[in-house]
Amino acid sequence: MSKKREFISGDEAVAIGVKLSRPHVIAAYPITPQTITVERLSEMVERGELNAEYMHVESEHSAISAAMGASAVGARTFTASSSQGLLYMTEGLHYASGGRFPVVMMNANRSVALPWSIYGDQRDSLSLLDSGWIQVYVEDAQEALDMMIQAFRIAEHPDVLTPMMVNLDGFILTHTYEIVEIPEQSQVDAFLPPFQTPNKMCFDNPKNMGFSSQPNDNTEFKYQQNLAVLNAVKVLEQADTDFAAMFGRKYNGMVDEYQSADAEVLLVTLGSVTGTVRDVVDEMRAEGHKVGVIKIRYMRPFPEEQLQNLTAGAKAIGVLEKDISFGYEGTVYTNVNSALAKVGNTVPKLNFVGGLGGRDVSKADIRNMFLKLQRVAAGEAYKTVDFFNLNVETNE
Amino acid sequence: MKEIRWHGRGGQGGFTVSRLLGIAAAIFEGKHALAFPAFGPERRGAPVLAFTKISDEKIRDRSEIQSCDYVVVMDETLINAGITLRVKPSCTFVVNTTDAARYKELDGFKVVAVDATSLALEVLKRPITNTAMYGALVAASGFVSLESALKSIEHEMKPSLIGPNQEIVRRVYELVKSQAL
Repeated sequence: MSKKREFISGDEAVAIGVKLSRPHVIAAYPITPQTITVERLSEMVERGELNAEYMHVESEHSAISAAMGASAVGARTFTASSSQGLLYMTEGLHYASGGRFPVVMMNANRSVALPWSIYGDQRDSLSLLDSGWIQVYVEDAQEALDMMIQAFRIAEHPDVLTPMMVNLDGFILTHTYEIVEIPEQSQVDAFLPPFQTPNKMCFDNPKNMGFSSQPNDNTEFKYQQNLAVLNAVKVLEQADTDFAAMFGRKYNGMVDEYQSADAEVLLVTLGSVTGTVRDVVDEMRAEGHKVGVIKIRYMRPFPEEQLQNLTAGAKAIGVLEKDISFGYEGTVYTNVNSALAKVGNTVPKLNFVGGLGGRDVSKADIRNMFLKLQRVAAGEAYKTVDFFNLNVETNE
Repeated sequence: MKEIRWHGRGGQGGFTVSRLLGIAAAIFEGKHALAFPAFGPERRGAPVLAFTKISDEKIRDRSEIQSCDYVVVMDETLINAGITLRVKPSCTFVVNTTDAARYKELDGFKVVAVDATSLALEVLKRPITNTAMYGALVAASGFVSLESALKSIEHEMKPSLIGPNQEIVRRVYELVKSQAL
């Protein structure tokens, strides 16, 4: 039988991935560029294709609250947001992870105000690394669809029971149409068992849920929460392996890499820009430059060991991110640098910051990064944080 | 990789036709394609851009289109000095106009001129020119076959629109092909 393929957007791919995962409850508030996802899901429910309760709540704060309530009674639960909407959920995000409610969320990565901007960057989700959610970032619409299915399995695993956020770049992925293979429902059902929560809110077996703690036991709860996210490493790697066996697509768990083995200079990336970097790697390799790329897929749990191993032979490393933590450096850079410092990797490490608020990251930009890394590897002086492609003169 | 830029006004179907071409290439010819609008808010009547990338291999490059092979202009009032930016030296412009003589060329670029509006008014009774321009692009470029283009309309449009739009594509395709001879 020929495989079913459709020409759809990233938003639509997410909606189909969620539908195939058979959620019981969807609670969401629309926001650009996530809107098409929740519109499609509401249409699927309306037409009876998806047997779920669609709650069109009055705000994102209510969306995450409703999602937690549904998850507490054992419902498979989905929500979606972006940017200001995601930030409006923030209080609830910590509640959901602390309460161990394995809600799955799609986040359309978008800039945060001010200045007001509907366009893409990764400052929304990266500012929430400490909220206790598992975070994965995808590169194309196929990976977006596939990761929705994997996310429920990872989040709901009894060793994990932690909510999970699947991030895709606003517009670049959410609003771009491409060919996507649609998995068979029967195969998804075999891959993704029904949600069985050990912490069910029910009259037959009453439990204390959403409780308060005292100084003498709070640290123990937080210790367990940390352990749960660390446990996710094995679970997500197994999910990746099983998914590949079932559907024939493998994403390599915590990180992916391209031409990194003998690379003299490396770029570390997050999200859809990775594809453009892969093209530049091919072009520069053809000219004899030993360049490569490492794609971080999971920011939490963080691929510490994988990054330490994959960067061991590089003479200079650049972290390319659509983020800046004002007054310091990009958050991805801070995380990567911390991992490499632990194994005494002291090669020059640069932080390329750009693509903010929807600015294009071109092949020429990426080529310039690799060339700069080569010069730095050869001894040229450098500053850690490099805002590339600035349209203004600086006095630095 | 082939890169196409579509110029239209909000409501004329510019983004739809960028997807139709992507569907023809990806679903019906086994190629890879990306179709996307100029990102941002949508407003009826405002100038809008849409893009299609077509390749035999998986398209990994997510950066903006910088070197178009074809530029399709659905509304000639959108032609200004900037329209020849970000195109290949070999780029062809496909322009909707009642006055073909006016566009023998555009700043030295080759032009294919068709009166899409009259045909749309005749067949659809509305000045929606996206499928007429689709037929012209397919005939001029050969990026997909006429058959795939017709199938993409059947795949994407609602039943009442399939017949008339397929008729438009077929007629413009034959017109442009005959002009080339």
